[in-house]
Amino acid sequence: MTTAALSHGRAETATRRHDAVPKVRGEFAYANDLRAAGMLWGHTVRSPHAHARVVSIDTSEAARMPGVHAVLTHDDVPGRKTYGLDFPDQPVLASDRVRYFGEAVAIVAAEEPEQARRAAEAVRVEYEVLQPIVDPERATESEPLHPPGTTARHGFREDPRPNVVRAMVVTRGDIEAPADVTVSGVYEVGQQDQAFLGPESGLALPDGEGGVDIHVATQWTHVDRDQVAPCLALEPEQVRVHLAGVGGAFGGREDLSMQIHAALLALRTGRPVKMAYNRQESFVGHIHRHPARIWAEHRATKAGQLVSVRMRILLDGGAYASSSEAVLSNACSFAIGPYAVENVEIDGLVVYTNNPPCGAMRGFGAVQTCFAAEAQMDRLAAGLGIDPVELRLLNALEPGGRLATGQVITGSLPTREVIRRAAALPIPEPEELPRDVLRLPGGAGNTTRGEGVRRGVGFAVGFKNLCYSEGFDDYCTARVRLSADGAAEVYCASAEVGQGVHDVILGVARRELGTDDVELVTGSTADVGSAGSTSASRMTWMAAGAVQLACRDALEEQERAGGGEVDVERVYRHPRTFPLDPETGQTTGERSHVAFAVAAMRVVVEVDVELGLTRVVWIGTAQDVGNALNPVAVEGQIEGGTAQGLGLALMEEIQTRDGAILNPNFTDYLMPTFLDMPPVVSDLVEEPEPDAPYGVKGVGEPPTVVSTAAIVSALRDATGRELARVPVRPDDVVGL
Amino acid sequence: MDVLTPRTLEEALTLKAVRPEAVPIQGGTDLMVSLNFDHLRPEVILNLNEVAELRGWSRENGVLRLGAGLTYTELLHGEVAEALPVLAEASRTVGSPQIRNRGTIGGNLGTASPAGDALPPLLVEEAEVELASTRGTRRVSLGEFLVGPKQNALSQDELIAAVVVAPSRQPQTFMKVGPRNAMVISVCSLALVADREHGELRAAYGSSGPVVGLVRAPLDEVGSFAERVAAAASPIDDVRGSAAYRRHALGVLAARALERCLA
Repeated sequence: MTTAALSHGRAETATRRHDAVPKVRGEFAYANDLRAAGMLWGHTVRSPHAHARVVSIDTSEAARMPGVHAVLTHDDVPGRKTYGLDFPDQPVLASDRVRYFGEAVAIVAAEEPEQARRAAEAVRVEYEVLQPIVDPERATESEPLHPPGTTARHGFREDPRPNVVRAMVVTRGDIEAPADVTVSGVYEVGQQDQAFLGPESGLALPDGEGGVDIHVATQWTHVDRDQVAPCLALEPEQVRVHLAGVGGAFGGREDLSMQIHAALLALRTGRPVKMAYNRQESFVGHIHRHPARIWAEHRATKAGQLVSVRMRILLDGGAYASSSEAVLSNACSFAIGPYAVENVEIDGLVVYTNNPPCGAMRGFGAVQTCFAAEAQMDRLAAGLGIDPVELRLLNALEPGGRLATGQVITGSLPTREVIRRAAALPIPEPEELPRDVLRLPGGAGNTTRGEGVRRGVGFAVGFKNLCYSEGFDDYCTARVRLSADGAAEVYCASAEVGQGVHDVILGVARRELGTDDVELVTGSTADVGSAGSTSASRMTWMAAGAVQLACRDALEEQERAGGGEVDVERVYRHPRTFPLDPETGQTTGERSHVAFAVAAMRVVVEVDVELGLTRVVWIGTAQDVGNALNPVAVEGQIEGGTAQGLGLALMEEIQTRDGAILNPNFTDYLMPTFLDMPPVVSDLVEEPEPDAPYGVKGVGEPPTVVSTAAIVSALRDATGRELARVPVRPDDVVGL
Repeated sequence: MDVLTPRTLEEALTLKAVRPEAVPIQGGTDLMVSLNFDHLRPEVILNLNEVAELRGWSRENGVLRLGAGLTYTELLHGEVAEALPVLAEASRTVGSPQIRNRGTIGGNLGTASPAGDALPPLLVEEAEVELASTRGTRRVSLGEFLVGPKQNALSQDELIAAVVVAPSRQPQTFMKVGPRNAMVISVCSLALVADREHGELRAAYGSSGPVVGLVRAPLDEVGSFAERVAAAASPIDDVRGSAAYRRHALGVLAARALERCLA
C-alpha cells in the first residue's frame, strides 16, 4: 500500500495510485469482469426507430428458445414504470411509445450471452413509425413528446410551449446601455460522447429474501438505489448497490443503464444476472453531451470594456430529461465566461426531441457556451485592435465582482493570475522541415511534407462552478471505525471512476488520524450513507470534507471514551446555495453556486489549409486548482480533460439521421490518439478555496471547458476562417 | 460454429471445396469486428493461420510473389518495402502497430473494401491476384478482381493465395486522408507512380468510389493529371466525409504526389 503523507496539506512525494499497477497490468477487476455461480446473461431488445408507437409486443417465441429463463416487458415492472435523475420521465421498458433510437423495449435472460441475443431478436415488436422531431429549433412547435407539465413545478420559469424541458432567462442591468462596438455570431456544438472505455456493465444477485444486490460501474451508488427501488416496488434497504470497477465515466454513468433491467431479471429468475453492453449498445446505453446552437452579441467600449452581452442558448435534450435542466442552468450561469459585465441578457432553452438523450458530460453546459463566448472575445479583440489576452485581462472577473446571476464572488477566483500565467508560457519555435510525417498535419497518412501548412496560436479562458448548485442539498457521508490499537477503517461511497478520489480519501484519513494503518471500504449503499455523485468537480472537495470531519470526531470520541473502539458516521455539507429567480435568473440568496474554477490555455497548431487537417503542436495551460493535494493527479486530470476537449474541437461527434446514430463504434466515432494529442505544459495556480477543506478545488472539468475553445482559436489564427462549429470538419477549414 | 484449421494449402483448398460457405480468416482484423458486433454469424470459419504456404514472399525473375498471409508489419521494412515503397507507405497508414501485426494483404483483398489501404498501391503497380482451388490456380488482374464494394471475383471454392507484382521501381508514393493523425479509415487515399520507363502516370484512388479506381495518362499530360484524378472519382457523402471534400482532397493529393514523384 502506498503512503500518502499529507503534510502541509499536500502529498510530499507524488504518491503512486493504489489502482495504477493493477490497471496497467490488466489485473484490475472492471464491472465487465464480474462473475457469479449460476449466472445468467441479460440482453436488451431496443427500438430501431427514433419515434414510434408500440402496437404490440410478442415474447412467446423468444420465451420458448433454448436457455431462455425470462423475457420481460413493461407489464413485468412491479413498481413505478418510469425513472429519471431529475424527473421520472423515462420508461424502465417502453410501453406504448418509443422516443429514441435504441430505447429499451424488452429484456431477456438466458444461460449464454448468445442465447440471450438470439432470443432478443425473436421478440416481435410491432411499431407504428411516427415522424421524429429531430430539429430542436422546431421542437416547441411540434407535437408534445411527453405529457404537459412533465418538468413543471420545479421552480422553473413558466413556459407553456410543448417539449420544453426548461426555459430560463438570466437578466441584469440595461441591455441597451451605450457602447462603441458590437460583434455577434452564431455558434454550433455537435454531439459528443463520453466514450468511456468500459461499456455499461453490472451484475444483479437476488438475496433470497425478495431484495437484490447490484454491482455496477456507476458514479453515484445511492442515487442509483433511490431510482431502482421504487421501480422494483422494494424498500431502499432491500436494494444494495455496490460500486464495481469503473472504466471511465465523464458524466455518462450518472443515469441508470442496466441496473433496473438486471435486477428485474434476477428477481424474476432467482438467479444472478449479468448485463454487459458492447460498444455499439453503449452508444445508445447512456446520455451524451447536448448539441448546442448559440447566438451571441457582445458590445464594448472603444477601450475594450464589455458593456453588454446577449446570448440565446438552445440545447437539444433528446428524448428524456436526464439532468438537462441543470446543464442549461450551468450553460446560462457561465455563458459569458469569467468576465465582469454589468448588462446581461441570456435566454436559455433545452427541449425534448427524438434525438439521443443528453445529460451530464464533463463541463456540463459550460463547454458549449465557452466555445461561443471565447470566439466572441477573439472577435471583439480583432474588431477593437486590442490584444486578445489584454482584452480578457481588462474584463476579468475577480472576487468582489458579480456573475451574470448577480452572485458576488466571495471565494477564490484568480482569473487575472491564471490568464497572465498561461499567456507567459513560452511557445515552441516552429520545427524545421523536412520532418517525420508523424510530426505534420495528417500524421501517418503521409499527406504533406510541409505543403499547405500554416501555424496558428490561440488563447481561451474557461470558467465553471464546483459542486451542485441552486439549492440542491449537496452532501457527502463518511464513516470511520477506529479500533483500540489505532487501526482505522474508512467507509465512503464516493465512486472512484479513475480520477483518484480513493487515494485522496486515504491521504486525508492518514493525515487526520496520524497513522498509515488505514483501510478504505468503499462503494456499498449498505455500509455508509450517500457520498453524492462523482460529478461537477466536487468529489475531492466533498470526500475530503466528510473524511476529515469523521476522522476528527472519531478521534475525539475515542479520547472521550478513554480508548476502545469507536464507529462514527458524519455528513459534510458545503455552504448552502439558493435557487435562481425563475423570472430574472438572479440568485435568491447569498449564492446559487458554491465556488468556481478558471483555466486559461494557449495552443499552437499547424493546419494543412489545403486538406483541412490539423496537428496540435503544443498546449500550455494555467489552471486555478485551489490547493493541489496531489499535483501529479491534478496534471493527469488536466491532460485527460484537455484531450477530451481536443476531441470535441477536431473529431468527436455522434452523427444522426432521423434520430438514428450512424457511427456507434470507434471506427467512425473518432477520439484523439497519442499522435493527435501534444504534451501539455500545466502551470498550477494555487490559491486556496476558503470554503473547502484544505483549500482544494475540483480540477476535472475546467480543462475540458477551455480546450475546445482554445484549440479552435488557434485554428482560426492559422486559417483566417470563422470556424463557428465544432467539431471543425476538414470541409470547414478548406472552405467547402 | 465450426472452426476448421488446415495445416497445408492443399488441405485448406479441400476444406473450402467441401464447405464452400466457410469464411476464411487470417489476421481477423475485419472479420472479428463483424463477429463481435454480431453483423455476421458464419456457420464455418476456415482458419488459415497455420497454412505455411500463405506466409512470406518470394522473388523470381524480378517478379514478387507476396503470400496472402503477409502482414502490414512485414511490408513496412526490408526488401519488399524497397521494391514497393508505395505499399510500404500504405502499410504504415494502417491502424495501430497491433493491427499491422495481425492484418494481412490477403485479408485486404478478401474484404475488397474501397477503403482497403493496400489496394491503391497494388493497383498502380499493376498487381495480379493468384486464386487457388482444388481445380487449380488462376491469376486475375487486381482491377478485374475488385468487382464492387466489398465484392471480389473469388469463386466459392477459391482462396486468395498470393499477390503477384513486377515492381515498376519508378518514383511512387501513397497518401491517405483521415480526420485523425493515425488509426483511421481513409476518407480518401491516393497511390501514384510516375512511370518514366513507360512514359506513363498511374494513380489509384481509394474511398472515392464503389471500388478502388485507376487513372492512367501519358507522362506529358502531367499538367492536367491532378484534375483528371479528381474528376475520375465518384465519391459519396457518408459519415467519414463529404463527396465534395473527397474530390477536392484527391486533387490536392494528386498534385502533391506528382511533385514528390517528379521532383
